[in-house]
Amino acid sequence: MTSTEAKISVQHVTKTFSLGRETFTALDDVSLDIANHEFVTVVGPSGCGKSTLMNILAGLETPTAGRALVDGAPVSGPGPERGVIFQQYALFPWLTVRQNVEFGLRTTGVPKAERRARAEHFIELVGLERFADALPKTLSGGMRQRCAIARAYAVDPSILLMDEPFGALDALTRVKLQEQLLKTWSQDKRTVLFITHDVDEAVFLANRVVVMAARPGRVYDVIDVDPAIVRDEAFRLSPEFAALRNRVWHSVYHQEGRTAALSGSHSSPS
Amino acid sequence: MSVLDKRSADQRHSRPEKEPGALPGSEAGDTTAGDTKSAREPSRSGRRGLPLALNAVSVALGIALWWALASAGFKLPTPPEVVSRAGTLISDGTLADDALASLTRVLIGFALGTAVAVPVGFLMGWYGILRGLIEPWIQFFRTIPPLAIIPLAVVAMGIDETPKIFVIFLAAFLACVISTFQGVVNVDRTLINAARVLGAGDATIFARVVVPASTPFILVGMRVGLGSAWATLVAAELIAAQEGLGYRMQNAQLYYDLPTIFVGLISIGILGLLMDRVLLLAERRLTRWQERR
Repeated sequence: MTSTEAKISVQHVTKTFSLGRETFTALDDVSLDIANHEFVTVVGPSGCGKSTLMNILAGLETPTAGRALVDGAPVSGPGPERGVIFQQYALFPWLTVRQNVEFGLRTTGVPKAERRARAEHFIELVGLERFADALPKTLSGGMRQRCAIARAYAVDPSILLMDEPFGALDALTRVKLQEQLLKTWSQDKRTVLFITHDVDEAVFLANRVVVMAARPGRVYDVIDVDPAIVRDEAFRLSPEFAALRNRVWHSVYHQEGRTAALSGSHSSPS
Repeated sequence: MSVLDKRSADQRHSRPEKEPGALPGSEAGDTTAGDTKSAREPSRSGRRGLPLALNAVSVALGIALWWALASAGFKLPTPPEVVSRAGTLISDGTLADDALASLTRVLIGFALGTAVAVPVGFLMGWYGILRGLIEPWIQFFRTIPPLAIIPLAVVAMGIDETPKIFVIFLAAFLACVISTFQGVVNVDRTLINAARVLGAGDATIFARVVVPASTPFILVGMRVGLGSAWATLVAAELIAAQEGLGYRMQNAQLYYDLPTIFVGLISIGILGLLMDRVLLLAERRLTRWQERR
């Protein structure tokens, strides 16, 4: 796949932060292409720069070297075609569910009547219609994240960037929200980059699992998952799932042994 | 710091009595849903009578102790003496005039102080350059008790209302500006990022994220500012005034008039408490969205 046809194209991106006198390399020469309508999950140990990668694509951070393209154009800041969902929900606590969902529509100047209607639609989609006028503090974690998802959907982005969105939720709520997310995605086919530290979640959701390694943050392995597979409970319990899960698991948690062996070949192409 | 401690204690006590009534009809769903947090609040409302009863007992015991000490020969007026003096001062209008004079000073100084402190605090929090320019002065003047400015203010501005209002202004301003600045600096980065990815520019982020997010800090600053304005007022009146609660007490001291001094002290306490309650109510209304643990 060449970068011109990719929806998202990350090209040799390096990001370093200076902490006092030390320099920390969050991302080291990361390249990744994501096709239109693809659902890619990124999994890796903490410190592998997966959140930094997402922030660069969101336009909240700029790469030290290399470039990130969306629809062929370099990312120069946040844009309405990229919706972001944060792990900490990031709802405005002084606004009700409805006002939160309408926030992005107000900033982009959508007229009031349409704003109302669209907010209503997405609040219903995530099943919060009974809580439309409630403040975030009265909602549970799962409800808060559903509200954040409705807020991101409301501006109708073609790309969803999700940073460990279900990380703080209990297992059951997480599974429910995963299924809801896949259902919505199978209808509207947005392009999704989903960051997680949960191997099961990465395998269950993805067309492609990108495994990253830490110190420095880099792409370590890429595992394809047949997009034809129906993502349901049967898949979750199937030997196929278990095999994929094992493969990703080893890639994530047994990096140390292979890092030394890989480091020679890794540095030579660049 | 004591004001802040008091604030959290107030919230613990008064939250249960507020919450059940505070839920408007539109939020009725909350109480029926098992997974919402407010559902368990009303169960605590049964205990609210106890702290109030304890407060009343404590006040009664304090007055009894005062009475006992006065009867035992300490140089104190007895409660009935103070009450009858209060009656006299109220009926001849002296108390009302003094209270009005004092309140006018404190409210003008406090309003000016807050009106200047909030924009300055925002500018300091938002623009690093302005912060660097303004902060040393604020930190320096913060270490000087406003009362220490009185001699200078009297010499520079005369003995009319200006120096008193200026000193009160300074007290309110210094308390509120630091708090506002802290509020702006402490705005959650994630919320600013969330607004940015939803298409908000700097002006929108300022008006719709930074201002509401720092409101709780501003209101705490205002309460601290009001407390220090009130404290400064009385001292300013002790030095140079023709009317006011502080002046009345200073005058009574010359005539060894202890009941009047007591009436003055109690009036100052009650008025300060009332003003603080009004701000507390405003704070509760404006920051109802806050999560409180």
